[in-house]
Amino acid sequence: MSSKMTVTIGLASCGIAAGALPVAQELERLLVGRDDVEIKKVGCIGCCYMEPLIGVIREGKTWTYGRVDLKTLHRIVEEHLNEGRIVEDHLILTEGVEDESRRRAAENPRMEKQVRIVLRNSGLIDPKNIHEYLARDGYRGLTKAVREMTRDDVIKEVLDSGLRGRGGAGFPTGMKWRFARDAKGDLPNAKNPNGTDKYLVCNADEGDPGAFMDRSVLESDPHSVIEGMAIGAYAVGASHGVIYCRAEYPMAIEHIGIALKQAREHGFLGEKILGDENFSFDIYVKEGAGAFVCGEETALIASIEGQRGMPRPRPPFPANSGIWKKPTNINNVETWANVPWILTHGASAFSVYGHGRSKGTKVFALAGKIKKGGLAEVPMGMSLREVIYDIAGGIENDKKFKAVQLGGPSGGCVPEELLDTPVDYESINATGAIMGSGGMVVMDEDTCVVDVARFFLSFVQKESCGKCPFCRIGTRRMLEILERITRGEGALEDLDLLSSLAEQIRDGSLCGLGQTAPNPVLTTLKYFRDEYVAHIVDKKCPAKVCAPLIHYVVDESKCVGCTRCAKDCPVKAISGGLKKPHHIDDETCVRCGLCKKTCPISCIAVA
Amino acid sequence: MAATVVGDSVAPALGERELAARLGPIVELYRGKQGVAIPLLADIQKEMGYVAREAVEYAGKELSIPAAELFGVATFYAMFRFQPQGKYVVRLCRGTACHVQGSARVQEQLERTLEIHDGETTKDLMFTLQCVACLGCCSLAPVMMVNDDVHGRLTPEKAIQILGDLRNEQ
Repeated sequence: MSSKMTVTIGLASCGIAAGALPVAQELERLLVGRDDVEIKKVGCIGCCYMEPLIGVIREGKTWTYGRVDLKTLHRIVEEHLNEGRIVEDHLILTEGVEDESRRRAAENPRMEKQVRIVLRNSGLIDPKNIHEYLARDGYRGLTKAVREMTRDDVIKEVLDSGLRGRGGAGFPTGMKWRFARDAKGDLPNAKNPNGTDKYLVCNADEGDPGAFMDRSVLESDPHSVIEGMAIGAYAVGASHGVIYCRAEYPMAIEHIGIALKQAREHGFLGEKILGDENFSFDIYVKEGAGAFVCGEETALIASIEGQRGMPRPRPPFPANSGIWKKPTNINNVETWANVPWILTHGASAFSVYGHGRSKGTKVFALAGKIKKGGLAEVPMGMSLREVIYDIAGGIENDKKFKAVQLGGPSGGCVPEELLDTPVDYESINATGAIMGSGGMVVMDEDTCVVDVARFFLSFVQKESCGKCPFCRIGTRRMLEILERITRGEGALEDLDLLSSLAEQIRDGSLCGLGQTAPNPVLTTLKYFRDEYVAHIVDKKCPAKVCAPLIHYVVDESKCVGCTRCAKDCPVKAISGGLKKPHHIDDETCVRCGLCKKTCPISCIAVA
Repeated sequence: MAATVVGDSVAPALGERELAARLGPIVELYRGKQGVAIPLLADIQKEMGYVAREAVEYAGKELSIPAAELFGVATFYAMFRFQPQGKYVVRLCRGTACHVQGSARVQEQLERTLEIHDGETTKDLMFTLQCVACLGCCSLAPVMMVNDDVHGRLTPEKAIQILGDLRNEQ
């Protein structure tokens, strides 16, 4: 083979968690001294459930292999790289390929349904190399903005595109920028001849359990976020940028750091950007320290200033008085990553995709009881059913769908009968859930929705900053009621009490955390009231999850007395001698389910 | 808010001179700067292994920040701890995806086997158990991180096995 090949390996943190590092090391070892093949370390393409991923690129064609272990890697090198033969049984994806292998790549239809704007480079470029970003139109949007457009032109372009905040609330981004642009910054002085002492923030705190798109974008394509912020800085007249990132994301922080340095070296950040005398802007990274409430704008500002991350009442809005009381504009990672694409391709190319007042695409983190977990970017307006069945592959082990949880602790559970809801802000809100940052956790018949509601309340109760009583005390009372119900000690009046508490917490809380905290309870009460009633009246958990309501029982007529369950039981709750029927003491039993799993003849059941 | 105890540490207290040697360079990084509490505490934790009471008092005095203010910040955020940790820090993900895939049972089994609760360290200083909000590895749920290694698709038995192997390596 004469032409040079590239082998990509996905090394985002999801890939590494799935075991990509030893594969990468072996790949390097196998290719030592070969100048016909180049190794490229890329981020995550979104097929997380298939990781580790290896891609082979030749003459503009790409073949991607999934679940690559060392043995498969040897085959790929031997057969594909050396002999030009495709390793069919591990091939999952092709691009630019028009032969038989295209048909056999099982993931192609799934990828073709997606529209990749935010994820345009993720998993394709080396995030540590600015040249790869530049080669894919990187920093063209910024160059166009600075060289050809006025600040108002840029804001108009973003407004026209219809881009709305992807952090969850869905406020029009262009409008937010205009507020920050119109806010009075400092008067002109020697350091800022135009009086542009304003702040821009990228909210990369991503606290929603079940959402990981921000992590993936920052790890896989950090320059798109930096470019978006630089464009925003030009538009609103900001000179300081902050990326507020979770400390739990060390790789994201590392990659942003590298990208920031490269952007400065290439004149995309710093003084007089792209030669514009009046445009200076730089970004620094501020690590969060683990507090969900810091996703809230005013709490985030307090945290950046080094205080406890507690929200404060608005107004004043951050656009007028944010970090150190300066005008501040905050957008999340996904919003920023959209911006360069919009500037490069124009507002109308963006608003082609969409539904109603929601334009463009949305990245979803797909998790839970589905076959294909990972990231997917779909045009707004695709139905939940299509996302869950066509893109996430449907329910694991072909069990029955029960609900999909959208929007994390601020969101809700959407039942099967609403699966045809299109994904756009208004339609999702109408179900009682929210779009949120895009976490989508699918639940099957083995998931108890009452337990899930309890789970979310215990989360927000722990994460409440404690400043306002509705949130601090109200969520605790709700949690106590739910715990009572999952123990089988609830009363039907509890359901009314839950609803009334929920309304008061929603109306009385200071910030979004408290205002939305009751949502998981309200939606499950609305769509799954039967299950609550079963817990309360029948003292049964239909999904067999809530431990105090289930019992493990040995079918003593079948039991052969092999003693295996008794040996494995961590609390010695099982009695009965060799070749004699065993018995589980319900009082001692901790419902870990190990006995059921251990029993070789399946004679232990959950009642 | 998660209950946090800022008490006297089980570790021996450090003298003034040793504190100055270990924390001096850190303190200098932040002298005269605004809003430094979080990175300062993070650096102290990195240096000492935890947010030691005497270290906070020393840094607060040097930088003219009341120690109470620093403790106020430290106790607000989940990242800071006030006791030394075990050799292996087991961070069990309790996010939504992990929850619906059964991480509560993994937690129970870990607590039972290690004979500690969330946030505690075993007596032999081998393991610290921390339940965390989300590790962002949802497609491998349930997940735990032991120091820097991620272990996915856990069952209670598999989790115990992993820790047992680490203990046996000693």
